[in-house]
Amino acid sequence: MEDFTPVSGLIGGLLIGLAVTLMLLLNGRIAGISGIVGGLLNTKGGDSGWRVAFVAGLLLGALAYVVAAGARAPVEVLASPPAILVGGLLVGFGTSLGSGCTSGHGLCGLARFSRRSIAATAVFFGVAMLTVFLTRHVF
Amino acid sequence: MASGALRTLAALACGAVFGLGLAVSGMMNPAKVIGFLDVAGDWDPTLIFVMGGALLVTIPSYRAILVRRGPILDEGFSLPQKKAIDAPLIGGAALFGIGWGLVGFCPGPAVAALVTGLAPVFGFVAAMVAGMALHGWLRSS
Repeated sequence: MEDFTPVSGLIGGLLIGLAVTLMLLLNGRIAGISGIVGGLLNTKGGDSGWRVAFVAGLLLGALAYVVAAGARAPVEVLASPPAILVGGLLVGFGTSLGSGCTSGHGLCGLARFSRRSIAATAVFFGVAMLTVFLTRHVF
Repeated sequence: MASGALRTLAALACGAVFGLGLAVSGMMNPAKVIGFLDVAGDWDPTLIFVMGGALLVTIPSYRAILVRRGPILDEGFSLPQKKAIDAPLIGGAALFGIGWGLVGFCPGPAVAALVTGLAPVFGFVAAMVAGMALHGWLRSS
């Protein structure tokens, strides 16, 4: 467990919780990233402004940290190019079909004790752990 | 309308805090997320602290906010209305889980990680958007 970073994890989590809270308090919306991004693809009439703004903010917030932290903010994509493309397709299709991802179901859904979100979160965490087990320790 | 501009500004600010939080937490790094998902390997429990920290804020705050008649900058809350635990929910979550386990990216961190300019991140996000578009097309046809 040499990479275990509970303090920065907790601070980051508190910030994410603050963002999710403000989104509901100010705009009355769930801060689910797959829903916000997916809504940009098939939005009908005037609903895209806040979505573009949220994604722009997401990029600015991440950029601020990467610029400030430099090499202490590593992003290592270990998967092979075919796995990256298949994984991306599955994440996009699956979150669209299942109405949410780690933020929408895992944070916002659990926060309001939605039975749908609790079920979805249990399934995607379980399946992801199984996938990692199979790809790392079996095949 | 002035409140429309304020909503856009609020979304920008919320996105920025969210993106900063993701980066600070280390979850923008797929290798670290895989380290959490790999329970049979050199397990890194950091993700529990990230989700725990977020839920520590959102469970009480959602409870307090949702007793209001509406949000500050809009007429009413826009919350998901579906209640049934059905096949699309479970099937979609399972497909998402496979993709998440293969790469270590879920949608938020993947979009945030675009700022690194790394080609694999762009490839992942392009494929993810294609997957969303494919589902939208299948649903409408």
